[in-house]
Amino acid sequence: MAPVSWHSVDLTLDECIKCNICTSHCPVSAVTDLFPGPKYVGPQAQRFREGGQSRSPDHSVDYCSGCRVCNEVCPTGVRIAELNARARAQIVAEKGLPLRNRLLGRNELLGKLGSFAPALANFALHNAFSRFMAEKVMGIAREAPLPTWSTSGTFRDWLKRTRDRRLKSDKKVVYFHGCATMYYEPFIGKAAVVVLEHNGYEVIVPEQNCCGLPLLSNGEFNAARTYHHNNVSRLAGYARTGLPIVGTSTSCTLTLKEEAPELLDYHDEPATTLKLGTYDIFEWLRELYEAGELRTDFQPLPLKLPYHAPCQQRAHRIGKPALELMALIPELDLAESHARCCGIAGTYGYKVEKYQIAMDVGAELFEFVKAQGQDVRYTACDSETCRWQLEHGTALPSRHPIEILAAAYGLYDLERRDVVAGKR
Amino acid sequence: MKRMSTDVLVIGGGSTGVGVAWDAALRGLRVILVEKRDLTHGTTGRYHGLLHSGGRYAVKDPQSAIECIEENRILRRTHAHCIEDTGGFFVVTPEDEGDYPDRFKAACAKVGIPCEEIPLREAFRREPLLNPRISRVFEVPDGSADSFLATHVTAQAARQAGAQILIYHEVIDLLTEGGDGDRRVVGARVCDVVRGEEVRIDAAITVNAGGAWAGKIAAMAGVPVNVIPGKGVMVAVNHRLVNTVINRCKMPADGDILVPVHTVAIIGTTDERVSDPEMLTIEPWEVDLMLQEGDKLVPGLSRSRILRAWAGVRPLYQEGYTGESRDATRALALLDHRRRDGVAGFLTITGGKWTTFRLMAEKTVDKVCEQLGVERPCLTATTPVPGAEQGHYWLGHRLHEVEEARLQGDLICECELVTRAMIEQAVANNPTVTLDDLRRDVRLGMGPCQGGFCTFRAAGILHELRLHAQETQAQTDVNGGPPWNVAYLQSPRHSVQTKPAAFNPKVSPLDNPNLLLRDFLQERWRGLTPVLWGRQLKQERLDELIYLTIMNVDHLPEDGEASPLTEFWRFDAAGAKEDGQ
Ligand SMILES: Cc1cc2nc3c(=O)[nH]c(=O)nc-3n(C[C@H](O)[C@H](O)[C@H](O)COP(=O)(O)OP(=O)(O)OC[C@H]3O[C@@H](n4cnc5c(N)ncnc54)[C@H](O)[C@@H]3O)c2cc1C
Ligand code: SF4
Ligand code: SF4
Ligand code: SF4
Repeated sequence: MAPVSWHSVDLTLDECIKCNICTSHCPVSAVTDLFPGPKYVGPQAQRFREGGQSRSPDHSVDYCSGCRVCNEVCPTGVRIAELNARARAQIVAEKGLPLRNRLLGRNELLGKLGSFAPALANFALHNAFSRFMAEKVMGIAREAPLPTWSTSGTFRDWLKRTRDRRLKSDKKVVYFHGCATMYYEPFIGKAAVVVLEHNGYEVIVPEQNCCGLPLLSNGEFNAARTYHHNNVSRLAGYARTGLPIVGTSTSCTLTLKEEAPELLDYHDEPATTLKLGTYDIFEWLRELYEAGELRTDFQPLPLKLPYHAPCQQRAHRIGKPALELMALIPELDLAESHARCCGIAGTYGYKVEKYQIAMDVGAELFEFVKAQGQDVRYTACDSETCRWQLEHGTALPSRHPIEILAAAYGLYDLERRDVVAGKR
Repeated sequence: MKRMSTDVLVIGGGSTGVGVAWDAALRGLRVILVEKRDLTHGTTGRYHGLLHSGGRYAVKDPQSAIECIEENRILRRTHAHCIEDTGGFFVVTPEDEGDYPDRFKAACAKVGIPCEEIPLREAFRREPLLNPRISRVFEVPDGSADSFLATHVTAQAARQAGAQILIYHEVIDLLTEGGDGDRRVVGARVCDVVRGEEVRIDAAITVNAGGAWAGKIAAMAGVPVNVIPGKGVMVAVNHRLVNTVINRCKMPADGDILVPVHTVAIIGTTDERVSDPEMLTIEPWEVDLMLQEGDKLVPGLSRSRILRAWAGVRPLYQEGYTGESRDATRALALLDHRRRDGVAGFLTITGGKWTTFRLMAEKTVDKVCEQLGVERPCLTATTPVPGAEQGHYWLGHRLHEVEEARLQGDLICECELVTRAMIEQAVANNPTVTLDDLRRDVRLGMGPCQGGFCTFRAAGILHELRLHAQETQAQTDVNGGPPWNVAYLQSPRHSVQTKPAAFNPKVSPLDNPNLLLRDFLQERWRGLTPVLWGRQLKQERLDELIYLTIMNVDHLPEDGEASPLTEFWRFDAAGAKEDGQ
């Protein structure tokens, strides 16, 4: 894909000084020869891809998981993961996309469909026979940690049901829940709402779309553009009036902040306003804390808690605010993971040819959790797919830090994953 | 003294000389070509990379334009794999004068260059970085051409037809016989630079294809040839900003063409009359001017990463001409010294362009045949050189082949995707005296790091080959050598599929790989100093740490040894001293 403007991420290839630091950190090239590494497929291959070439010269770039560890370590600021994503999009534009990737890219649609009859959908998706068929027919690895649909209704159902109990206030914040919270894990949204309300904020949950990341990472840029366009038109207005837009899914917020505008070369005023007004929920809560406005009436949580800041969170380049705030909770014994990646990287580890790579990548993290000893009951991680992978790799339940915070406020039951009755 | 004899002795291993050798050999003549360094060491290896459509000369120099368009069509067939079919735009920027575009269009029509004005929308869709203030765009069949490969494969074709190509052989004197009015050149005294031996070559006809050096060579026979050396500076940008050749639609001037060549884009050039064809010093104003003019085609070009700058010297010739070199004709000049100067057996072919090298060779060999009294038709226009069956050059070809053959782990130059097998094949099959020869063969060290990571790796391979050769004692001499499959020299896939030919220390002496390493670093450095700022400066700082801090190469023992490249990179330094700088 030729650079279409001087804003294009493609041009960051010029920053590369060939130092190989990215290659020595890439978790994928460390475990498989099928992937030649970030420097090779990124800034280097890009010089051979430019131009209206009739076909893409290379395809191994498809093995990049998009974890962005390379971006994190590159000393000169090459946007390697984005270069790779664009190269993949070019391949998709040429070759078309297998049904599997189309499905995996349409998280939101799947979520909606399953929610009509979640119990049935869960059975249909999770029995051994259909997983076997899914692998054979579509190439979705049968062992991969697919989510289950919420059987107690969607997040929006809950909002509607509890409409009368929701806080009204002059202080307002906009919540971006993302597809996973909507259809699979409504309790994450509940935890977020009660934490925000506990701090005196009214939570606005506008109509919203999938952020489009699954489409972006599967190379369907045109469809992603439509999604992003919808979100921009629904949300930019709030950002313009100065309301923060916060999200619990680190990948959704990253997409609104950075991935969609950069990958799609989408830089108009509303998109930029939305980009600047979007926060990871802990990023924003930390700002409250620093302003002395965060309530710290935490109850002790006597737990040993290994915490993994997922790649998509680290890509925000905001430090680890969830870790900082959880550290305020009395008796919570946090252990910080320095593993590079859990391996799943969105939908990467679902694909049969990549399942084992994802598990090998994740081994570093799984080992870390194991090393914390027998009395660990939960792990914590901000990203949904990473939590599912963590659970798959360690057999321990995993929680979002917002659930931990809600529990410490005494508003949330960590085991049942629901707000405590009577507390809103 | 070793003595050889031949029908035709060709002096100069640039595109012109090699073209002459090819043409003459195809016509069944015995041919020896001598080049003082490596093939394409002269202007042919320092040019802009443009396969002209003729558009540039349509208004000003219609004869040149006609030659270009005809040769453009022929070379696309005979040298298909050396040419990328980029197409070319002539663009009218706000600064370009009023009626030139219409005159340009009419002139193209007149000389038969396909030229079509295309909608601006279409032009910007194809080249999004073009100056948005461009008001008209004409499309012509320009292309971009790899002169290294083209010259090597033409040389291979010449060898296959029986020619001998002797590189690192410098003519030090022309042999003449007879007195005033009846003199003739009967051959040359040649120095085998690598072995330090002299060779005498007797020839029925000697062709001087010495490019910008042609005047110096002719002087050896006492014949005055006033070649105007017109120096041109070019600046390469780290990657392709455009995929089409972009020309300003105006009277030819400085810095008005941007050519995508392989992985880079090159803006050029200047045209300065210089005193010596080896005077390749690049002045800061020349680089500034290129960037300034580049910004008019692609605004922002000056702020992108600049890879390196280099200069070449045009061999312009116009009988009795004393004006500006920019205005001298680009048409070819064939001088028959028998008629012109009363010296028989001696022809000089100069002027012209890379694009017209085949035609220059044809005219020259026609004259050779006439003087030898033989009648044989020229075959080059219809004879594809080896490798042309690969079809037009494709930017992604190396990346594609490296992936298909899974050669990522064998990369020596990662930037330009040169594998170990490619280097070994080149050393075994193509006389290699310096690392710079490998650069011309396979593009070693031409990428963003400018040799930072590949130079030491390549030097290591040379050490290995040398040690191995000492153990196994290979034989074969320069010309009876192994089949020379240079046509695929640039193909990673082909290099691993072909069984490596035995490496022959007589062909590639590799006496002192450490010295070659130092000289190659210096050669790269020479092209970097004029553009040392911003991102390329960061790169050089890393390269400096690698070579000076980790490897301590500036303390390699100074044993007074020199490679042919030593002399070359030192030339500039010496020149600068004389100027008191
Ligand atoms: C800056 C610049 C940009 C150009 N861009 C283009 C372009 O884009 N397109 C195009 O078509 N043309 C271009 N040209 C023109 C083109 O490059 C030249 O016309 C062409 O390469 C000349 O080839 P040649 O073989 O005649 O000369 P050279 O390539 O110079 O060959 C002469 C050879 O003779 C050798 N030699 C010298 N003395 C001796 C000796 N005593 N003994 C043995 N060998 C000797 C030299 O080492 C040299 O290799 C450009 C020229 C310049 C200067
Ligand atoms: S995004 Fe992750 S997998 Fe892809 S190249 Fe970078 S480090 Fe490797
Ligand atoms: S870390 Fe950055 S600068 Fe270093 S090789 Fe990788 S992309 Fe290039
Ligand atoms: S990696 Fe690089 S240009 Fe760079 S020279 Fe080498 S290795 Fe080549």
